[in-house]
This record gives sequence, C-alpha cells and structure tokens, in this order.
Amino acid sequence: MIVAALEIVSFDPEPAHVVGTGGAMGAICRHWVYRYAAVEDVPIPTLVVNVVGSFVFGVLVFAGATESTIQLLGIGACGAFTTFSSFSVETVQIWERGDRRLAALIAGGNLVLALAGIALAWVLVTQWPL
Amino acid sequence: MPDRHPLVRLETLALIGVGGFAGANLRYFAMGIVPEDLAILLVNVVGCAVLGFLVYEAQYTGLVDRQSRLVFTTGFLSSLTTYSGFALGIAEAGSLAVALAIVAGNYGLGFVGVLLGRLVAGRLRGEPS
Repeated sequence: MIVAALEIVSFDPEPAHVVGTGGAMGAICRHWVYRYAAVEDVPIPTLVVNVVGSFVFGVLVFAGATESTIQLLGIGACGAFTTFSSFSVETVQIWERGDRRLAALIAGGNLVLALAGIALAWVLVTQWPL
Repeated sequence: MPDRHPLVRLETLALIGVGGFAGANLRYFAMGIVPEDLAILLVNVVGCAVLGFLVYEAQYTGLVDRQSRLVFTTGFLSSLTTYSGFALGIAEAGSLAVALAIVAGNYGLGFVGVLLGRLVAGRLRGEPS
C-alpha cells in the first residue's frame, strides 16, 4: 500500500494538495468508524480512531517513509482520521453529566493507549524492518 | 429501501471529504508558519472552541442546518484537529518536561476552548451562560 501510494504521488504535486487528499480519505474513514462502532454513552469510536491513527502514523514515521508519503498518509490521512475536537467535547459532556470518573478514564485512556500504539509501532518496525 | 442504497450517502461522503481536505490543509498550513507542536496546539484549541460552539448551539438554538453542521464538524473541524500528531509530538519530545507541557497545554486549553464555545452558544440564545 505504501509502495502504491508512493507511485501515485511520484509526479510531485503540491504538498498542500497531498495533505488535503489524505485529509479527505481520513475524514471519510473516520465517519465510517463512527457509523459502525457507535456505543451508547461511551465515546468508543473516538478512542478507536485516535489509537489506530496514532499507531499507523507511528509506523510511517519509524519506518522512515518518504516525505510525500508522510504528507499523504501521516499528516493528511492519520491526522484527519484522529480527532482532538470530538474527544474534548465528548469528555466535557461526560464530565458535566456527572460521570467524572468515566471522563477522567476517557481522557487518560486516549492518551495512554495512543502512546502505547506508538510504542507498539516502534517495536514492530525495529523488530521487522520493512 | 431507498435510503439503504449506497448512492444516497454519496453526498454525505462528498461533504465530509471536502471538509476533511480543507481541515487537513489548514493544519498543514499552520505547521508551515509556526513550530509543529505549537501549530498542533493552536489548531486543536481553535477546533475545540468552534466544535464546542456548534454542538451546544445545536442544543440551544439549532440555527445551523444539518448538512452545514456535517461539513464543519465531521469534515472540517475533526480533520483540522488531530490526536495522532499530538501523541507523536509527546513521543518525540526531547524531555519529560516538554512532553508534560504538550499534554497539559492541549488538554487544558482544549477543554477551556470547549467551555468558551459553549459560553458563546449560550450568549447567542440570549442567556448569561
């Protein structure tokens, strides 16, 4: 997939267009996750996109992907797939409805699991270099 | 079942895609003019404030229609803000102090942004908070 992406962008378009295209891909994929992974009252989709997106971005960076691949799939797709605004609004809403422990768990859980995803990416890439 | 047909959702996907393009683009632009960690903090806080406004505005007054809301929230704002860039910034921080500052900055100011957005939405409704 990375090789295919490299071939697509090998005609050297504007970096801003590459990032934007990745952003459109990431946003549509995120919408798809929210449609199919929705759980009532607990923002599981946001956790899923944030952890998966951080892991994939980590793989790209640690595997030494080229600049245009980072722009398309990293900054563009993974950057748009993950979201901070939905995470914040959901956490504030949970806090305000009185589930303060759940709000703290969500806030901490996103951070710990996203960092664990990045650590896993590092371990995988150093164990099995591409 | 006409709304089961995949083409019915095509407009929704197109709107989200357009919003995603613009959001990621603006984030990349911010990364070009200020240091990366600061750019991510900036887009995250602004995105939280605007999303906070739109979400509470929907509850309070509901002036913004559904399609516009979809472009702005799921498309633009959620792509403008990023968690992966933020998490990677922590992982690549030179020291523990920098890592903690990134977490505190994004979380603290992000939550404050949401509350500010809600405050503005409340004012729009015509109530003090």
